[in-house]
Amino acid sequence: MIRKMIINNQSEEFHRKIKELSGEILTLCDQCGTCTGSCPMVIEMDITPSQMMRLVLLGDEEVLEAKTIWICASCYSCTARCPRGIDASKVAEALRQIKQRKAVDYLNWEDVDIEEAKELPQMALVAAFRKLTG
Amino acid sequence: MRIGVYVCHCGGNISDVVDVKKIAELAGQQNEVVFVRDLEHTCSEEGQKFILEDIAEHKLDRIVVSACSPLFHEKTFMKLLEKAGLNPYMLEMANIREQCSWSHPSKTTATRKAEDLVKMAIEKVRFDTPLERNSIPIGKRVLVIGGGIAGIQSALDLGDAGFEVFMVEKEPAIGGKMAQLSKTFPTEDCATCIIGPKLTDVATHPNIHLYTYTEIKDVKGFLGNFTVTLTRKPRYVDLEKCVSCGICAEKCPVKVPDEFNLGLSERHAIYIHNAIAVPRKYLIDDKACRQLNGQRCGICQKVCVQGAVDYEQKPIEEIITVDTIITATGYTPFDASLKAVYGYGKFANVITGLQLERIIATGSSGPPLRAIGNRIAFIQCVGSRDEQVERENCSRICCMYATKLAQLVKRINPSREVYVFYTDLRAYGKGFEEYYKRAQTAGIKYVRGRTAEIQEDPITKKLLVRTEDTLSRQIIEGEFDLVVLSNGLTPSASTDQVADILKLARSADGFLQEAHPKFRPVDTLVDGIFIAGCAQGPKDIPDTVSQASAAAARAIRLMNKGIYEIEPITAFVRPHLCDGCEKCIGICPPKAIQMENGKAVVNGALCKGCGLCCAYCHTEALDLAYYTTKQLMAEIEMALISKKDEETRILIFADNTCAYRLADNVGTARLSYPAETRVIRVPSSSRITPKMMLYAFAKGADGLFIGECDYKASPYSNSGESIKRNIGIVREILDEIGSDGGRINFTELLASLLTDYYKTITNLIKFAKKEAKPLTKEMREKLLTYTDRLFTTTRKESE
Repeated sequence: MIRKMIINNQSEEFHRKIKELSGEILTLCDQCGTCTGSCPMVIEMDITPSQMMRLVLLGDEEVLEAKTIWICASCYSCTARCPRGIDASKVAEALRQIKQRKAVDYLNWEDVDIEEAKELPQMALVAAFRKLTG
Repeated sequence: MRIGVYVCHCGGNISDVVDVKKIAELAGQQNEVVFVRDLEHTCSEEGQKFILEDIAEHKLDRIVVSACSPLFHEKTFMKLLEKAGLNPYMLEMANIREQCSWSHPSKTTATRKAEDLVKMAIEKVRFDTPLERNSIPIGKRVLVIGGGIAGIQSALDLGDAGFEVFMVEKEPAIGGKMAQLSKTFPTEDCATCIIGPKLTDVATHPNIHLYTYTEIKDVKGFLGNFTVTLTRKPRYVDLEKCVSCGICAEKCPVKVPDEFNLGLSERHAIYIHNAIAVPRKYLIDDKACRQLNGQRCGICQKVCVQGAVDYEQKPIEEIITVDTIITATGYTPFDASLKAVYGYGKFANVITGLQLERIIATGSSGPPLRAIGNRIAFIQCVGSRDEQVERENCSRICCMYATKLAQLVKRINPSREVYVFYTDLRAYGKGFEEYYKRAQTAGIKYVRGRTAEIQEDPITKKLLVRTEDTLSRQIIEGEFDLVVLSNGLTPSASTDQVADILKLARSADGFLQEAHPKFRPVDTLVDGIFIAGCAQGPKDIPDTVSQASAAAARAIRLMNKGIYEIEPITAFVRPHLCDGCEKCIGICPPKAIQMENGKAVVNGALCKGCGLCCAYCHTEALDLAYYTTKQLMAEIEMALISKKDEETRILIFADNTCAYRLADNVGTARLSYPAETRVIRVPSSSRITPKMMLYAFAKGADGLFIGECDYKASPYSNSGESIKRNIGIVREILDEIGSDGGRINFTELLASLLTDYYKTITNLIKFAKKEAKPLTKEMREKLLTYTDRLFTTTRKESE
């Protein structure tokens, strides 16, 4: 399905917010694709890092629904190689923050089986709750 | 007559395939050949030394060099002949490298063809006559057409170098488009601030005569002697008396849109062209003025304390003579209303790049010409790279001027959101990429996609822009306060007009055609006329200025010596044969033939030596030096003399500019083609008369391939038309005797299209062998008797 994106105050506000949170100049992205080519996790993603950058430049909030921002391991390969010096990991982090601040619980603690939880590494559990609850 | 023949090995390039010894032996058997030598490298210093010594020792008076293409080394050997005290035109070259050893791998075939080529050259050299390079005096006066930045730069360079410049500008003030700009990319210098001093320099330069509000009516003559008729349009204000106090304009009751601000503001009927106008004098717009249109007014005359207003002024014609001409007629922005989907001229908030330039330029010192809102879209490639509006070329500057304007509007108000919708972003120049990056850093949003359409909200007048972002593959829609169309550059109306007057060729995009895209980028095909700036094609200011300086340098190169040498390969008239039919007068492309005392006379300075006229001369009074009828007939005969009955043979008449070069290029690329071909070199194939074609068939040719430059690349305009006419006459005769007119192939070529050459030859051979109606011995004999009839045909035409 072809999507239509509307440019308006809301989209521009979204762009500004990501810019502020990440501290990155999003309009600098040339869409060269170095980030995508460098990303070790890209095969697992639904949109590529460069697609993420594109949507952010346009102010398209759909980007928040992408799995990509959660699969990003913040390894900084993209950052290290970006010819325009953009830190895409920071952009992903900014997107995660926005999503988290929306306080949506993707993981309900009541659904977690206590017995099963005892078997899980504590770090993983804490990280999962940190990432997936609002 | 003592002919010397040299056969070159070319270090194996020739001798590996062609039996050089055999060729040398054959050459020695020809009449009047008194000396033959084969050399490893004829063009080398050693080889040249041999020739020099041989000429002296054996008293040689004409030379045949069988080696590479004449396009490669003809000049070398001509110089050598001069050094040896011979006339340089007593030289012929047989092209046995490109046309033999490089294109026919079989040793026997290549050698056989080489034998013919050498015989052809020997036969031609017999009829060579010494030709003198005439020199004509040339002065130091230059006409610069156009007072934009290109013309200004050329004029200043020439003026500073001590040449006398006549600058003609059709507008009331000089400065051109650059004077209208806000800032210049990528350095953001203020345009008026940097051009202002140059305007004053032109006006005050002791060597520059400035003619503003003046048009070129006519140009006659040639390099060293152009007669230019100018029309000075009436300003109705005395240039001497006006002190530009401006009281007249204050009192003038008429208001019309101001062209300088592209209709964004108004001016009076009496006005000054712009704020930095040079000359800084008022003038009356005769279309708007009441007094000049039969109504009572006369206010400006009354209020002018200087008494400068004169309603009685009339256009004045003035004639000047100059030695060279620089054409700097510039461009016109593409008429954006032609791209109807963007609604320019219909939607209030759709403007062009140049209009935004004016808004920004005037905004710095006064109230803005109009509001521009907060969300702004730039649409690129309007009238560029678009077959819909018949503009295929890239306009080169729009990416960068949009990048500049986008930054300027954002800088004035950083809360503005600026989008640039582009197809490809081309930031090719020095500092451009960095400038583009600066715009990105400033937050300009570049969206890759050509906007499909714009809709206007009838109430708010806001614009709904719909584009695909081809990077994220989704439709982008947004409401904008202002849409700026980055419209491309098209040739200006004056470029068309001046090109017609000066008879300059234009390239497919409509801009003026340079003489050679690589090596003669500011010359035209007319000697002594040069091009600078956007008249030649879209370019930015630095490129324009470089080109303008180059044009000035090229003009100086011609004028500085004080004399100019004319190529002696020109048409000439045998007066006793001329019957004064005047047929040649009209068809000569550079109009070099005149009637004097009932006889045609060729002006050697104007004649380009194409030989087109000769085919029209029914008394054969006209002939072309170095390519005389006698010589070409001899070549044709020799090209066919070795042909055996069962063989097929194709003669190729190849023009020097494209077809001959193409044949060379095919050889250089080592592309093998059928060896049943013999090439005869001519300046233009329009030199080949119907009589020659018939003679070729009579002597055994089975097909003729007439190659001529594509009209776009040809130095001779409309040669194709003449060739078609000549061929038509011969085809008719062939059909009439029961053979086949299709045996003549005429192809317009470019020197680069190698496969065209191969295909045409193979098809023609196939056709002549198998498909064409036969051409029997009897028919060939009959053809010989047709020359008389031929003259009746041409005579009828001239009646």
